Parts: sequence; C-alpha cells; structure tokens
Amino acid sequence: MTTTQSEVDFEGTAPVPGAPLLEVDNLFVEFRTRDGVAKVLNGVSYRVEPGETLAVLGESGSGKSVTAQTVMGILDMPPGVITGGEIRFHGENLLKASPKRRREVRGSGIAMIFQDALSALNPVFTVGFQIEEQLRLRKGMSRRDARKRAVELLEQVKIPNAKGRVRQYPHEFSGGMRQRAMIAMSLALDPEMLIADEPTTALDVTVQAQIMDLLKDIQVERNMGLILITHDLGVVAEVADRIAVMYAGRIVEQSHARDLYRKPGHPYTQGLLDSLPRLDLKGTELTTIKGLPPSLLNIPKGCPFNPRCPRVQDICKTEVPPQHRLAPGRLSACHFAEELISGD
Amino acid sequence: MGRYVLRRLLQLIPVFIGTTFLIYWLVWSLPGDPFSGKCGDRPCPDSYVAAMVEKFNFDDPLVVQYGKYMLNVLQGNFGETFRGLDVGELIGEAYPNTIRLALVALAIEAVIGLAAGVLTGLRGRGFLDNLVLVSTLFLISLPVFVTGFVLQITLGFELKWIKTTVSASPAPWEHLIVPGFVLGSLSMAYVTRLTRTSIAENKRADYVRTATAKGLRQRRVVGVHLLRNSAIPVVTFLGTDLGALMGGAIVTEGIFDIKGIGSLVYDGILGKEGVTVTGVVTLLVMVYLLSNLLVDLLYAVLDPRIRYD
Repeated sequence: MTTTQSEVDFEGTAPVPGAPLLEVDNLFVEFRTRDGVAKVLNGVSYRVEPGETLAVLGESGSGKSVTAQTVMGILDMPPGVITGGEIRFHGENLLKASPKRRREVRGSGIAMIFQDALSALNPVFTVGFQIEEQLRLRKGMSRRDARKRAVELLEQVKIPNAKGRVRQYPHEFSGGMRQRAMIAMSLALDPEMLIADEPTTALDVTVQAQIMDLLKDIQVERNMGLILITHDLGVVAEVADRIAVMYAGRIVEQSHARDLYRKPGHPYTQGLLDSLPRLDLKGTELTTIKGLPPSLLNIPKGCPFNPRCPRVQDICKTEVPPQHRLAPGRLSACHFAEELISGD
Repeated sequence: MGRYVLRRLLQLIPVFIGTTFLIYWLVWSLPGDPFSGKCGDRPCPDSYVAAMVEKFNFDDPLVVQYGKYMLNVLQGNFGETFRGLDVGELIGEAYPNTIRLALVALAIEAVIGLAAGVLTGLRGRGFLDNLVLVSTLFLISLPVFVTGFVLQITLGFELKWIKTTVSASPAPWEHLIVPGFVLGSLSMAYVTRLTRTSIAENKRADYVRTATAKGLRQRRVVGVHLLRNSAIPVVTFLGTDLGALMGGAIVTEGIFDIKGIGSLVYDGILGKEGVTVTGVVTLLVMVYLLSNLLVDLLYAVLDPRIRYD
C-alpha cells in the first residue's frame, strides 16, 4: 500500500509530534521597490527549542527583524515577498497555513515584543484594555475576569500598583514600565515562544539590565523558547544559549554562546567582538570594522563580507562560502572557518 | 477640565460681544433707505417714519442702539420686524429646518466620506484611489450653487425622482436628502481626503503591527486600533463643520426653497430688516462658538494624551 492522497496533502501542514518548537529553514525574502529588488534574506535557517534562548545578532539591515516579522506573519507585503523556504512551528509549515491558522498561532503560539514600546502600544487605549482585548476576544473571558488576569500579568512583570496601572494610558508609563507592560501583553495568551525585537535598545542601561533579567526569569519559569534580536553583544553574553550572527541577509555564524565568545568562527564575528569597548584597554582607540554593510540591492559577488574582510582571499570574491560545520551545533559561512578556530 | 471649560466659556463673552457688534454695525450701515417701498408706491408718511425711528432707537448713537438691542436679546427677546412680526418666532419656525438640513448633510459627509477615505487609505494606489481623488477634486472645485442647480434640474425636472422644492415646513427628512448632499458635498470631499491621508499614514504604525501580532482579526485591527487613531482629525473636522453647514445653508436653501434661516436672512437683507438679520447671525455665531468648544473638549476624549488644565 502506498500512502493515501490525504496524507500527502497534509504533509508539512499539521503539527508533527517531537518536531522542534520553531525551525526557520532556508528562508528567502525580497523587497521589491522602485529602485530594484533588495534581497533582504538569503537562506536564513535557525531553530529554537523550548526553554532555549537564541540571540540573533547583526547590524541594522542585516535582516534580523525581517526574519522575525516573517515568522510572525507581520511582514509588510508588498513590498516584501517570500521567495523560498519554510517556517515550521512544531513541524507545521506556517507559510502554507491558512490565514486563520496563522492568526491562531500569533499571540498564543508565538508572541512578539518590540523595540519601542511607546509606539508599539496604541496611544488611545489603556494598557489594561490592550491586554484584556486578547483575553476577551481570543479566550472568551468576561470583562471582569480579563481585568483580573491583566492585573496578575502586570504583577508578574513586577509593575508596582498594578491595579491602578491597568487604567492608565501608555504615555503615563515610564520607558522601562512601558516595556514591562508590553511583555505582560505578550504573555497574555501563554505563548510557547517569544520573539523580542531589540527589547532594550530604547532604554537606559540600568533599566536594560532589569528588563533582560525579567525576560530571563519569565522564560525559565514558563520554559518558553526565546529569540532575542539585538545588536548589543553585551546584552547577549548574559542570557543567550546560542547565538546566530547575521550579515547581509545570511547567518554567517551560529554557535553556542560560550564557544563564540572564546573563539569566533567568522571574521565578521571577530570584528564585532574586537569593536567592544574594554576596560583593560582604556585609552586606546576602539577597533572598528572598516567600510559599510553592503546595499541589499547589490550584494557583492562571492562572500558578502569580502570587501570588509581583513582575511580576504581570491576565492572569497568569486564563491559564496558554504556553511562549515565546525562542531555539533556550530556553523560558520567562511571559507577559512576551520583555520580561524584552530589557528592562533 | 472644569476650570478649562469655565475659562473657555468666559472667553466666549468678548468674542460674542465683538462679533455681534460687528454684525449689528454692518447690517445697519447697509446702503439704502429701510423705509423705501415699505408703504406701497408713495413715500412713507412722516408719522410712520417717526414711529419706527422711535421703536428701533435710530436717533441714538450706534453703540447705544446696540446696547439696547443686546439687553433685549439677553432676555430672550429678539425684537420685531418693521411689520411687527416677532423675530424670535420667525427663527423658531425656520431654525429646525436648517438644523435638519445640516444634520442630513453632516450624516452624508460622515458616512460616505469616512467609508471612501478608509477604503482608499487601506488599498493605496490603484483605480479606486484615482477615482476618489479625481471625483473629490471635482466636488471641491464646483461651487455649491452649480451642484445644487445641476441636481435639481437632472433629478427633479428631467428624471422627476425628487421634488424640485421643499417648501413644506417642517421639512420632511426624505425631501432633504438631495439638498443635504448638495450642502455637504464640499465637506464630504474634504472628509474623504482627510480620512484617506490619516489612514494611509497610520496603517503602517507600530501599534497596528502590534495588534496584528496579538492575533486579532483584520477587521478588529482596522476597525478599532487603526480607525480610532485615524478618526481624531476627522471627528474634529466634522464638529467644526456643523456650525459652518448651518451658516452655509443659505444658497442650498435658496435653490430648494427650504424655509430655513438661510432664506430668513436672505429676505431680511433684501428688505433691510436689520433686526432679523442680526438675530439670526447672532444665533449662528453662538452655535459656532459652542460647537468649537465642544470639539476642543472632544479632542481630549478621543486622544488621552491631550489634557487640559
């Protein structure tokens, strides 16, 4: 007997037991603009398991936020077009799922918090309303129950006087409190996976640390998968289990956090680490990566990093480096990856 | 909030005095003798003129005349016409018709304008957008009396779908639909464009993306999160427009022969009935000032970031 037609039809469109929580597989996204086609994502792959924190690191325009928005299904289309790849949530390919199913996954499967909570929260509704809205509409809770739950959620993210705060508007919150409220909102439907898109970039340093601690606590408590998008290596070091470094719409290195800090497997990662200010080298000039990230309308031939790479060879200008497997769970898209981690 | 309202109401007093005095002065300085043609083919007898001068205080300086008039108005007495008709009663009969007409116009511009604006704002460039842009431009550039006469002639005389005039008082609502459309057409075009811009500006806002990321239905994202923010400028425009519609109804009322304050003012000006004209315009000024205050208060309700005091 061969498989029945229906089994074939449902392949990849239903949850698979034992599959990873979230897998992004060879994702390609283009922005078709008047100036031309910008290749924003060029084969991005990563996976996240429950309780795991993946930090996605990269400069502005490297595609880290676009990947997250594609996962959430909130990418602006047009101009965005998904030209290839799969996003599997529990093995189910979300890109092939119905709009209704995608909507169900948002909030309760995968939730997201944004960089600037002031603009990400609706200015004309109270914080309570914005939390309760999901509970009432998605879970069918009564107004009173939803209010009670909203207060609980605000207490969970350690907002003082949560009972009074639910009635306030976003502009009446301080920056840190606003981000806490945003986190509370994202937790309302008990998501299995949280994407935090630069959650601390708009905050000052002391508040940054508090928010990161809070995120970490919540993640451990709920055994959530967490994708932390950032350009701040300092933030990453404390919380990430694994790190994916993105450059020009590709993941150039993926590794356990500790290994990456000890021995970067890609010249770009090396450059990022070198450009961190260090107290023991006080007074010396900061190292920078020379040049600018490439225009996505016109990505250089071969390795996209080759015009800026200190170790550039002829092969880098002609051939796109494949992913080198350096160790279990450790990949680098550099022709000389092995030399980098074994060498001096 | 209470103190703000009080302050605004106090501010109304000098504005009220200033505008009404200006009107009073302008109306009575209109060229021409108010008594010409009042007594048939011959000039009015001196006794009549003397009685009228006595009754309307024409011998007093203008400021005193105005003061005496205002004292009466504040006691609810709008005075009499030369023929002895009570102006208060005239306004009482005519005003409901104008209010009805203005409300019909407001409803039409709000419903059609908002709907067309939301639709084109969401869709972006395309056939519908161009169609709406061109047709609103057309409406904006057409004077009201052209729209009025064209619709009256085509729909009324040629097709006989509507009555050409609405002389009944109180005017029946259904007869006011086409006149209301004529009166509201200009503002409808503005509302459409205002809504369109506002929606297009806000639809990519972060909070809209957040609402989608929360797993809300598209209808709710647009209808609650996007519309509530985009409606703020539109609602305030509609609020101030109500006063403008009442004042602007003169032409429309003239075309469709609606017995509203527009025709009252028009006849008043022709007959040099200063008391009537001043009375009506004073009322319009009051409505305008109060609706402006209401709109300012509405702002704070619609946008919690705005706080008075």
